[in-house]
Amino acid sequence: MQQTNESRNEPILSVANLNLHYGDTHALKNINLDMARHQVTAFIGPSGCGKSTLLRCFNRMNDLVDSARVGGSIRFNSAEVNEPSTDVISLRRRIGMVFQQSNPFPKSIYENIVYGLRIAGVNDKTTLDEAVERSLKSAAIWNEVKDRLNDSALGLSGGQAQRICIARAIAVNPEIILMDEPCSALDPISTLKIEELIEELKSEYTIVIVTHNMQQAARVSDVTAFFYLGELVEAGGTRKIFTNPEKKQTEDYITGRFG
Amino acid sequence: MKTFWKTGEPYVLVTGAALAIILVMSLTLVGVVMTNGLGYFWPQALVRFELKDGSVALGQITQHEKNPISDIRRLQLKIGNRDIYGQDFRWIDEKDITSRTMPEDAVLLERREHGNYFGYLKGVTAEGLNLSAAAPYDKLQQALKLVAAKLDATGKIKRQMSDLNSTAERIRLKLLKLEYGGKDKNAADIGELTAAREKTMAEFSRLNEQATATQADIGRITAQFSDVSGSTKDIALVDIVALQQPNSMSFLAKCGAYLERVRELLLDDPRESNTEGGLFPAIFGTVMMVLLMSVFSLPFGVIAAIYLREYARDGLMTRMVRIAVNNLAGVPSIVYGVFGLGFFVYGIGGSIDSLFFPERLPTPTFGTGGILWSSLTLALLTVPVVIVATEESLASIPKGIREGSLALGATKFQTLTKNLLPMATPGIMTGLILSMARAAGEVAPLMIVGVVKLAPTLPFDSNYPFFHMDRKFMHLGFHIYDVGFQSPNVEAAKPMVYVTTMLLLAIVIVASSVAIYLRNRMRGKYTTSTF
Repeated sequence: MQQTNESRNEPILSVANLNLHYGDTHALKNINLDMARHQVTAFIGPSGCGKSTLLRCFNRMNDLVDSARVGGSIRFNSAEVNEPSTDVISLRRRIGMVFQQSNPFPKSIYENIVYGLRIAGVNDKTTLDEAVERSLKSAAIWNEVKDRLNDSALGLSGGQAQRICIARAIAVNPEIILMDEPCSALDPISTLKIEELIEELKSEYTIVIVTHNMQQAARVSDVTAFFYLGELVEAGGTRKIFTNPEKKQTEDYITGRFG
Repeated sequence: MKTFWKTGEPYVLVTGAALAIILVMSLTLVGVVMTNGLGYFWPQALVRFELKDGSVALGQITQHEKNPISDIRRLQLKIGNRDIYGQDFRWIDEKDITSRTMPEDAVLLERREHGNYFGYLKGVTAEGLNLSAAAPYDKLQQALKLVAAKLDATGKIKRQMSDLNSTAERIRLKLLKLEYGGKDKNAADIGELTAAREKTMAEFSRLNEQATATQADIGRITAQFSDVSGSTKDIALVDIVALQQPNSMSFLAKCGAYLERVRELLLDDPRESNTEGGLFPAIFGTVMMVLLMSVFSLPFGVIAAIYLREYARDGLMTRMVRIAVNNLAGVPSIVYGVFGLGFFVYGIGGSIDSLFFPERLPTPTFGTGGILWSSLTLALLTVPVVIVATEESLASIPKGIREGSLALGATKFQTLTKNLLPMATPGIMTGLILSMARAAGEVAPLMIVGVVKLAPTLPFDSNYPFFHMDRKFMHLGFHIYDVGFQSPNVEAAKPMVYVTTMLLLAIVIVASSVAIYLRNRMRGKYTTSTF
């Protein structure tokens, strides 16, 4: 995974023939998909179709599931992710993740943001302060919390907590941010704020978002991929998928006829 | 009626009643212990009875009851003066009493031996003491103070003697060690040490003579008393622990006497085969043993639970281990005691002795019961509680916290130390509280791995290495058993049993309260509010 291999046109993430089994269940079936740099890719599909599972393959979070077996290739900046020799720690630092349930640690807001830096061994006060301000500003929550950085992050509202989690992911300077249904537990106003945030973050980060909300996918994403029963049915430009899908299944799902 | 059952109301009543019964039972228990324990130290009046047959009796009334055979009301009188009458208590039928009075000048003596003395003061023989007071009672009090000061001085000498004694013993052991290593090589050393030892011994005997002389001197200072029937007795002032005239004491004076007794209880050594005096060694032994036990069981329990919950693969083996750990908490404690004796005392202790202290054999050092082995045995007994509590609290941490931490590039270990353990701490504390309460109350296993009726020394003193892990110790729980059920004079020891029980309860309550306070502070940290 070397920076020199980067080029504007080459996909940042490239999935080829990816299969995943949970025990006897075949959860992902032969997925092939490329994700472009500085774009927002949305994964849509009914529950249990494997979109979250695929997302968790990118930063090897599926390692935590004992029964999961992964086959096939995922290339991140042309380096293989599924290789046993891959440094998972540095991979996860470069591919950040935001979860469905906001999960601030039971620490102060400040300590939440610098968590990733501290475990990487950064302890210089000025570096940490700068990182906190930068990432809170990027996550559009600086003005709300700048006066209470030392308060517990558990006292924040759901939307604020989710933006803290995004700021926490940004603080370690990842290349990709994976978002697993980041707005499903939030009210419409908080959802709107997060969507605006995604729009802004696009210029600096590549974003992959899983969502149940098709309007959200249509609003925030550049590319949309539709999954059904562990298979990638169709992927393409968001506008095309939503206006003129090639497959009947996609059209049925988008128009609300099933799922 | 049917609708009443359908509402579900009766079930609420049943649960409420169950709780009420439990509450009433525990409150009764605490109440009985408290009333009997707290009342024990209050100075009680000395009552003088004249009986129909012309005899008289002086003592404290301990209880009234109906004679179960003749159905006559009678009262129990603590008459004291065990050395004269042969027993402490007697029963008097109420119909035999012609008069009862409370003589102002009746004196209660607490003595170092033979229990209390009830009687009247006749005079003081104060050889070599300069007493200014005129009245005999004041004279006696003044003399007692002077004697106490003299005793303090001998106490200092005795401490010096004990230091010298331990120095001499160390030198003796060094000598033995050298002899084990081959006499000839170390001839010079041996000579030097022998000389040093002889010097120490000489100093010891000099001090000993001095102490004996002073003691004999003080022993000659006596006071004359007569009991209620008129027979007189000389009592040496050194034998008197406390002096009261309970019938003429003011309320404040009684409070003072009460507090003095409480101080004695908490800070002094026991007397009269533990039925009188203080409980300090037992309190100290109990607290130190429980703390030592926590030092062993907490880290081991937490580490084992972390492995079981976080690292071990969830399979048949893990489940078996978990079941075994849970069952371990239910093994009868005496089994742990026997195991401790075989494994710790004879096994490990015996090996330590033959490896490190061969010169002391056949006298065992670690190869016999002691506070270290007792704490380890109890740690073994309580470690399942800590493991279960830690596992539970680790399991109750939301998955999101783990994933969030790992997704930021933390290793499993970093996640554990930075997030999971702090969050699990309140739960771990709960486990510790439970295990401490259990360890403080456990007696059976301790009886075979190191608790004794009377320990001559504390497990902690001013002689190197300060903490004497090999020493036997006293324990409040064992004290209750010993004083209440093994003492030759059970009736006289009864109040002491209540007091000891109360103290043991108090220690458990104080320890738990501190732990609960700490836990709640931590809990506050991990829910909301500020840091």
